[in-house]
Amino acid sequence: MRFPTVTSPHTERPNSVTWTMLWVIIALVPGSIAMIWYFGWGILINMLLASLVAVAGEAAVLKLRSRPVMPAVGDLSAVVTALLFALAVPPLLPWWLTVLGVGFAIIVVKHMYGGIGYNPFNPAMAGYVLLLISYPVEMTAWLPPRMINEQVLGLGQTLSVIFTGTLPAGLDWDAITMATPLDTMRTQLDLNIMISEIRLSPLWGDFGGMGWEWVGNWFLLGGLFLLYKRVISWHIPVAMLVVLLSIAMLFHALDQETHPFGLFHIFSGGTLLGAFFIATDPVSACTTRKGQLIYGACIGVLIFVIRTWGGYPDAVAFAVLLMNMAAPTIDYYTQPRVFGHGP
Amino acid sequence: MHYPSTHKTTHRLHRFHGGLHLPDNKAQSTGRPVRQALVPELLILPLQQHIGAIAKPLVSAGDHVLKGQMIAAPQGLISAPVHAASSGVVVGIEDRPIPHPSGLSAPCILIRTDGEDRWCELPEPIGDVNAINPDTLRARIRDAGIVGMGGAAFPTSVKVNPGREQPIDTLVINGAECEPYITCDDMLMRERAGRVVAGVAVLRQLVEAEKCLIGIEDNKPDAIAAMTQAVKDIGLDQTTVVTIPTHYPSGGEKQLIKVLTGLEVPSEGIPARIGIVCHNVGTAAAVADAVLEGKPLISRLLTLTGQGIAEPCNLEVLVGTPVSELIRRAGGYTNAASRLILGGPMMGFTLPDDQVPVTKASNCLLVAGVGEAPDPGPAAPCIRCGECAKVCPANLLPQQMYWYARAKDLEKVQEYNLFDCIECGCCSHVCPSHIPLVQYYRYAKQESWALDLEKHKSEHARHRHEARQERLARLEAEKKARLKKKKAALKKKPTAAGTSADPKKAAIDAALKRAAEKKAQLAEKGVKPENTQQLTEAQQRQVDAADARRKAARPAEPPADAAAVETEQQDG
Repeated sequence: MRFPTVTSPHTERPNSVTWTMLWVIIALVPGSIAMIWYFGWGILINMLLASLVAVAGEAAVLKLRSRPVMPAVGDLSAVVTALLFALAVPPLLPWWLTVLGVGFAIIVVKHMYGGIGYNPFNPAMAGYVLLLISYPVEMTAWLPPRMINEQVLGLGQTLSVIFTGTLPAGLDWDAITMATPLDTMRTQLDLNIMISEIRLSPLWGDFGGMGWEWVGNWFLLGGLFLLYKRVISWHIPVAMLVVLLSIAMLFHALDQETHPFGLFHIFSGGTLLGAFFIATDPVSACTTRKGQLIYGACIGVLIFVIRTWGGYPDAVAFAVLLMNMAAPTIDYYTQPRVFGHGP
Repeated sequence: MHYPSTHKTTHRLHRFHGGLHLPDNKAQSTGRPVRQALVPELLILPLQQHIGAIAKPLVSAGDHVLKGQMIAAPQGLISAPVHAASSGVVVGIEDRPIPHPSGLSAPCILIRTDGEDRWCELPEPIGDVNAINPDTLRARIRDAGIVGMGGAAFPTSVKVNPGREQPIDTLVINGAECEPYITCDDMLMRERAGRVVAGVAVLRQLVEAEKCLIGIEDNKPDAIAAMTQAVKDIGLDQTTVVTIPTHYPSGGEKQLIKVLTGLEVPSEGIPARIGIVCHNVGTAAAVADAVLEGKPLISRLLTLTGQGIAEPCNLEVLVGTPVSELIRRAGGYTNAASRLILGGPMMGFTLPDDQVPVTKASNCLLVAGVGEAPDPGPAAPCIRCGECAKVCPANLLPQQMYWYARAKDLEKVQEYNLFDCIECGCCSHVCPSHIPLVQYYRYAKQESWALDLEKHKSEHARHRHEARQERLARLEAEKKARLKKKKAALKKKPTAAGTSADPKKAAIDAALKRAAEKKAQLAEKGVKPENTQQLTEAQQRQVDAADARRKAARPAEPPADAAAVETEQQDG
């Protein structure tokens, strides 16, 4: 009797890229629902639009590169990129900016470097930064959270704002949009207003901005789920959060009126989403255990530095991209001791 | 990480990095006792079933051989003989497909069995191993063709030399059998623990080890119980049966040593360097057979299992039996049979057909069903998730090695310690992109060896070339020096000879003078030179007679060319 020759191991494989990506998408669900709840339909519309663009863009590039389309699109990595991008941009971002950002992420940042596994930069963050630098006004026009928003837009109104740019009658952009808490904190600190004064505004919750802190909590929950499923390891998020918190607490202790307290940094902006979902992107991060600790810690430092002294209110994207560049070098110098080798 | 087990051990255990907890799938084949496989009609005995030099056939086609008779002798130190596994007639020595990942053919001795299964005369059993010279024991083990039966098939006689630089402190006996599905060591320990422990005693005597650790995974409680009892019965001191956690690949030599002793075998070194020698339980049993009964290694236990086999079981098989015969003995294939694997699921390789023989190192035939080993589909790009690094028992960075192996950057892949890879397959198993990582490392190793060989060869050629150039230069220089010396001597001579104006004439005169002196001396002694000018009468008569004979024998005038031939012949 004849049999096929196949390479070992002859086992049922426990992992697949598709499942890894699927777990990430599932882990994003609680945080996404929270964002939709607080910031409206725009978030959901962006998520869907971005996913559509990402999948279509990926399929088109694969066709151009004469690569099989199905297995590559089926791994869902483009969808993860799209979702992370959509969760980072303002809810009422004009549709063509979403298309531009996601298209850049998938076509330039991912596929021009060789597709999945070969991109040195995190595609979602590169797409986000492209827009942030090129369209700062649109990219900083956030909505107030539902609790303090007097003008909650319906689905139809949101669609019309995103796709046609026409606001509901009687409203203008200034009336419906608002800076993020991080942005507010930064602008007012620049005006030499004391933190105790800044925090008098109804914008603030217990740790960070109203609503934002709960979004952070739900992303944290998703992150813990990923840790539990062993999709990610603890090294990057823990190093990043511990270092960011420690530095923030140190500066807060030095001067309480010009440096917000530690948890503010954790529960504001993209910190928690970044720690568990963005910095842990395996392709562009460090792979050695020691390297991951260094990588995470450096992202923590950079976030604090850019938020405090840099030119942009939030810093997760910049910090991640900067560390992406350092990852191969860190990996090289942090190789583990191999069995049977001296210390 | 201590698993509950029936036997408490106080031995302190250690961990190695990575590894996997795999479904062990061992119960399928341990349900019935070990049975004898039948003697096949044709035995196919590869001349190389071991690491080292190929054995040299001692028989030729048509010879009648008896069971246990040595039919191929070892060549060199690292080699092993081959014995006839049953009696019969040698029908040929030819290339046959052998069980090897390459699927290539290699020289085999083919024996048509006669069904009598008649033993040859075996060497005397050695009763008291303490009373006998260790070299005699080693020779016995070598003549019995024993090789490492855990899979590596390294000649055991070489491994039982006590360390020359480093005394052996611990003998480690490997009964871990960590790979899923395989149960032949388990069954051996359950059913023949006494035999195994007797072999352990011999091995320990030979390597002069102070103590002995027998490591068995905790999923084999019956084997642990039987071995513990056997150690007690035989009264082996300083010998402990240690229950270790079921954790693949704890049966790897280096991993087992780490688990049992906490010591790491140095990279590219052997365990003897840290005072340890490791043998498999199957090897120990074979040693006992050879020493206590004089039997050579002609059979072994083999597991037949998987959804593709009707009656999963363990068989005692004759080395050289074709796989198809064994499958038949185990009830044949089921409809599910989709892959024929020699070895376990993690490290085994597929056989293209079942006509190859089993060898001394074969431990398992796994006929996998579709559900057991589904096709993982085409490999996707590496996403650098690091799962492979997490499970690597050698603590390597498989993703980096893969990257460089793929780029054929052999230097770089070696820099990432390619040669510390034990090819256990953990990385390939967990890879979400289903990349056959181990294949890449095997390829990189082969390429590196080939490159080294090439380098070695060119180095050798360069050395030879340089040596030749040097020799030629030296000869040239010597020649020049000689000529120079001669010239100088010739220039000096006239002044040295002094009186005579012409040196040539002087030399001739001197020679003539010497000849005249010699003649005078001979004349004085009464010796006359024998030459044609001064023939004695007797001599003249002989010459005349010879001339007459020649004239009579020859026709008047021979043709010119005949004369030439004659001259030539005479010359010759």
